[in-house]
Amino acid sequence: MIIHTIFFYIFSIIAIFSAIMVTVSRNTVHSVFFLILDFITISCLFIMIGAEFIGMIMLIVYVGAVAVLFLFVVMMLNVSKQKNEWLGDEKNSNHIPIGLLISGIIFFELIIVVGGWKYKPELLKTFSSIGIDLDSTNTHEIGKVLYTDYIHLFQLSGMVLLVAMIGAIVLTFRKREGIKRQSYFRQISRERTEGVELTDPKNNEGVKIDV
Amino acid sequence: MIEYLNILIIEIYKIFLLIIPILTAVAMIVWLDRRVWAFVQKRRGPNVVGPFGLFQSLADALKYIFKEIIIPASANKIIFVLAPIVTMTLALISWAVIPFSEEMVLANINVGILYLFAVSSLGVYGIIMGGWASNSKYPFLGAIRSAAQMVSYEVSIGVIIINVLLCVGSLNLTDIVLAQKNLWFIIPLFPMFVIFFISALAETNRPPFDLPEAEAELVAGYQTEYSGMMYAMFWLGEYANILLMCSMGSILFLGGWLSPIDLYPFTLVPAPLWLIIKILLLFILFSLVKAIVPRYRYDQLMKLGWKIFLPLSLTWVVLTASYLFYFNLLPVN
Repeated sequence: MIIHTIFFYIFSIIAIFSAIMVTVSRNTVHSVFFLILDFITISCLFIMIGAEFIGMIMLIVYVGAVAVLFLFVVMMLNVSKQKNEWLGDEKNSNHIPIGLLISGIIFFELIIVVGGWKYKPELLKTFSSIGIDLDSTNTHEIGKVLYTDYIHLFQLSGMVLLVAMIGAIVLTFRKREGIKRQSYFRQISRERTEGVELTDPKNNEGVKIDV
Repeated sequence: MIEYLNILIIEIYKIFLLIIPILTAVAMIVWLDRRVWAFVQKRRGPNVVGPFGLFQSLADALKYIFKEIIIPASANKIIFVLAPIVTMTLALISWAVIPFSEEMVLANINVGILYLFAVSSLGVYGIIMGGWASNSKYPFLGAIRSAAQMVSYEVSIGVIIINVLLCVGSLNLTDIVLAQKNLWFIIPLFPMFVIFFISALAETNRPPFDLPEAEAELVAGYQTEYSGMMYAMFWLGEYANILLMCSMGSILFLGGWLSPIDLYPFTLVPAPLWLIIKILLLFILFSLVKAIVPRYRYDQLMKLGWKIFLPLSLTWVVLTASYLFYFNLLPVN
C-alpha cells in the first residue's frame, strides 16, 4: 500500500506542477505541452484508482485528439509572439475582475462538491444506488449503466455532438471556383477517342486546352 | 519491503527479457526490409557485412553513433532532444501488453487493446515536437503533414478495432486471441483486415504513404534537421512501430499465438513462435508494398482515409453488429 501512496503523490505533484505551468509558462506551445503532461498524469491517477477504462479513453480522446488540435492551432497561429503581456497592460486590465469572478465560482463549486463528498456522504446515495458489481471489469459496468439507465441522455449527447460537427463543417466549408480537381470517374472513363484530339489551330489564336 | 524489492527485480528482469529481443528484432527487420526490397527489384541488397549481410544494421547503428549530433542554434533545445526520445519510448512501451502466449505477457490488463490504441495515438507527439522544435519551415510543414495523416488513419483503425471487439466482447488482448480459437477473424472480417493493413501503412508512415521520406519533392519531413543518433532513434522508433502494427494485426485478425490448425504437428511448435511467424509474414507484406507501390499524393491520401476508409469501416460496424444481433451470436458474459 505504501508504494501506492508514493506513486499517488508523485503523479499528483506532477499533475499540479504541470497545471500551474500551463498558466504560467511564457511560450504558448510550452503550455500546451504541459497541458498534455497534465492529461497523461491524470489518466495515470484514474488508472491507479482502478478506473482503467476512463483513464485510457482520457488518453485517446484528450491527448490523442483534442491536444493535437490545440497544438495545431497554437503552432499555426504563432500566438507565441503575443506573450503574457495583458497582466501589466492598462487597456486590458478589466479582464482581471472577470477572471477572478469565474475562478471564484469554480472554487466555490469545488468546495461544495468535495466538502459534501467528504462530510456528508449520504448526499451522494443516489449514485451508489445503481449497484456496481465489483467482480466484472469497469468497461462492462459503464456499458451496462450507459446503455440502459442513461440511454436517452447518451443518445442526446451524441445528437448534440453530431449537430455541432455538421455546424462546424457547414461554417468552414466553401466551394472554391476555378481550381482544378481530380475526378477519378472522369479519369477512368476517358477513352482514346476523346483523349486525343486533332485540331487545326488558327494563326495568332492557338488552341484552348482547358476544358 | 523485501517482497516489494523482489517483485521489482523480477519485473525488471522480465522487461529486459522483452526489450532486448525487440531491439534486436528491430535491427534485423531493417535488414529484412532492405533484402526483400532488393529481391523484388532484382538486386542483392545488403550482403557484405557478416553472413548474408546480417550485421548491416549493426554497422549502420555504429555509423550513426559516431556521427556528430547537430542541434540547430535557433531550435528549442529541450523539445528538440525530447522528440526522438518520446518516439522511441512510445514505440517500446506498447510491447508491454502484447501476449506472446497465454502466460507469456508482461501486463495482462483489462483494457489491453485500448492501451495499444492510446499509445499509438500518442506517437503523433514525437513527430509534432520534432518538427516544431527544429524551428525551420520544412520540418514544421512536414510535421503538420505527418501528424494530420496519422490522426486521420487512427480514426479508421479505431473503428476497425470496434469491429473485432464486437465479436469478442472483451478489451483484453488474451481474450481477443482466445476468441479466435475456432475461426480467425480474418475470414469473417476480411475487408476490415485489408483496411487495417492499409491504415497501418499510413499510420507508420510507410510507403505508399511515406511523405516524410519524400526528400526530392517535399524536402522530407519532420526529421530534416536531425542527425546522428537522434535521427537513428526516430528511425528505430518507426521500425518498432511497424513491428507493433504487425503484431496488432496478427493478434486482431490472425489468431495471435494460435496455430493455424489445432492438430498434432502444428501443436509441437511453441506458441510464441507462431506469433513471430505471423508478424514476419505481415512485415514481408509491408516491405513488398514498399517495393511495388508508387507514392501517394497528399490529397489522395487524405481522401482515401476520410472519404473511403472511414465510411466503409463504419458501415461494416453496423453490418457486424446487425449480423451478430440477428443470429444471436453476441458475446455475453
